[in-house]
Amino acid sequence: MKTIYTILIYILLTNVTTAQERYLTKNGSVTFFSSTPIEDIKADNNQVLSIIDASSGKMAISILMKSFMFKKALMQEHFNENYVESDKYPKATFKGEIIKFEGVSDVKSTAQVKGILTIHGVSKETTIDANFVRTNEAIDVVGDFIVNLADFGIKIPAVVAKNIQENIKVNFNLTHKPFKK
Amino acid sequence: MKKIIYVVCILSSVFAHAQDDLLDVLDQEAPKNESENIVTATFKGTRILNGHSIENRKDKELEFIISHRFGRINSGFSELFGLDNTNVRFAFEYGLSDNLTIGIGRSSFEKTFDSFLKYSLVKQRRGNRSFPFAVSVFASVAAKTQEEEFPIVERTFQENLSYVGQVLIARKFSQEFSLQVTPTFIHRNTVRETQDPHGIFALGFGSRVKISKRVSLNGEYFLAFNESQSINARNSLAFGVDIETGGHVFQLILSNAITMIEKSFIAENTGNFFKGDIHFGFNISRTF
Repeated sequence: MKTIYTILIYILLTNVTTAQERYLTKNGSVTFFSSTPIEDIKADNNQVLSIIDASSGKMAISILMKSFMFKKALMQEHFNENYVESDKYPKATFKGEIIKFEGVSDVKSTAQVKGILTIHGVSKETTIDANFVRTNEAIDVVGDFIVNLADFGIKIPAVVAKNIQENIKVNFNLTHKPFKK
Repeated sequence: MKKIIYVVCILSSVFAHAQDDLLDVLDQEAPKNESENIVTATFKGTRILNGHSIENRKDKELEFIISHRFGRINSGFSELFGLDNTNVRFAFEYGLSDNLTIGIGRSSFEKTFDSFLKYSLVKQRRGNRSFPFAVSVFASVAAKTQEEEFPIVERTFQENLSYVGQVLIARKFSQEFSLQVTPTFIHRNTVRETQDPHGIFALGFGSRVKISKRVSLNGEYFLAFNESQSINARNSLAFGVDIETGGHVFQLILSNAITMIEKSFIAENTGNFFKGDIHFGFNISRTF
C-alpha cells in the first residue's frame, strides 16, 4: 500500500513540475555595435530564441551566430570565419536565473539576471541588469551589456586593431509569449 | 521490491529533470534553417590566383581589384629581377545579385580589355539536403587593342576577340582545405600561325590550404590539351599566399604567366616555371 502511495505521489509531483508556466520567443532581437574613428560595425540578429520559466525564474537564451546580419557581406563572412568561428561554435548561449523574479510586474522594473554566458566556446559567469515588464500575455526583457572580446578568446589581429573595439556593446530585446507544449 | 521502485522513481525524476533543461527546450524549438547549411568561404577571394574561384561578390557589392605581374625573375639584375617590366590590370567587379557577378578589366599587356559574367549555379550544402560540391559557370570576352608592330597587320575589332567558358567545380573538404577543378574552353578569333588551334581545351586545378585564420597558401595549374605549337605554349602554374586584412584580401603570387586573363595565361603562356621564368605579382582588392 505504501508503495502505491509513493508511486501516486511521484506521478503527481512530476505532473506538477512539467506543468510549469513557460514563456518563449523565437524572434528575439540581439544587436551589437562597435564604433571606432575608422569604422562602425553593426550587426542584427532577429532570430534569437529565449525562454523564461515563470515558476522558477530560470532563463535560457540561444543565439545562432550565422544569423547576425551585417551591412557588408564581407564583414559577415569574416565575423563567421575568423572571429567567432561559427562552424566550430555555431551558437552563443546564456543559461541562468532572474534574481527576484517575483518582483517583476506589469510596471517596468529592473532586475538582475545571473548565469553562464557562452560565446566562442568559452563560458563565463555574468550578471546583467535588464528591464522587465510582465503581463498575462508577455514577458518583455530589454537591456544591454558589454562583452570583452578577449574574455571569450576572440582575437583581433594587429592590422585591424584600430577598426574594432575591444569591448562590444550588446543590446537585447526579447518579447516572450506563453509557451504551451 | 520497494527499493527498486524508489530507485526507478529517483532515476526517472533525474531523467525528467534533464529534459527540463531550458536550453534543450530551445534546441527543440529552433527552426530548421536551411540556409545555415550552405558551405561558405570555400576560397577567400574571387580568384584562386590567376583564375577565378567559385566565389561571387554579394548583391550590390562593388570590388575594385588592382593586379600586378612583374617580369621574369631570371631576367637578371639589369632588369631588377623583373621589376622593371610590369603588366597591370585594373578591374571593377559588381554583384548583380548574390549569385551573379559582372566584371570589366583592362590589362596593360597587349592593351587588352576584358569583361566577364560569373553565375553560381549550385552551392555545397551540409545537413539533410546535402550536396558535395559547388558549381559556378563563367564566361568572358577579351579584346586586344594593341596593334601588331611586326609585321603590320590590320585587324578588325572582331578579329581581336577571344572567348572563354569555364565550369568551376569546387569542394570545401574542411575548414583548412578546398579544391577546385575547372574545365575550360577558349576560342580565339585570330591565331598567329594557321596551324595553331582556334579552340583550346584545358583543365584547371586550384586549391587552398589555410595555415592560419587569415592566411592561406594557394596553388593553381591549368593543363591545356591542345596548345599552340608556334609559340611553344606551356601550362600555367602558380603558387601564392592570401592574406586577409579586414576589408581586403591581399594575394602574393609567383606565376609562370605575366597575364591575368584566362585566354592569355592558359593559352598563350610561354614561361617555364622550373627554369626560373617566374613572375612575381600581387592582387589587391577593396570592397565598397
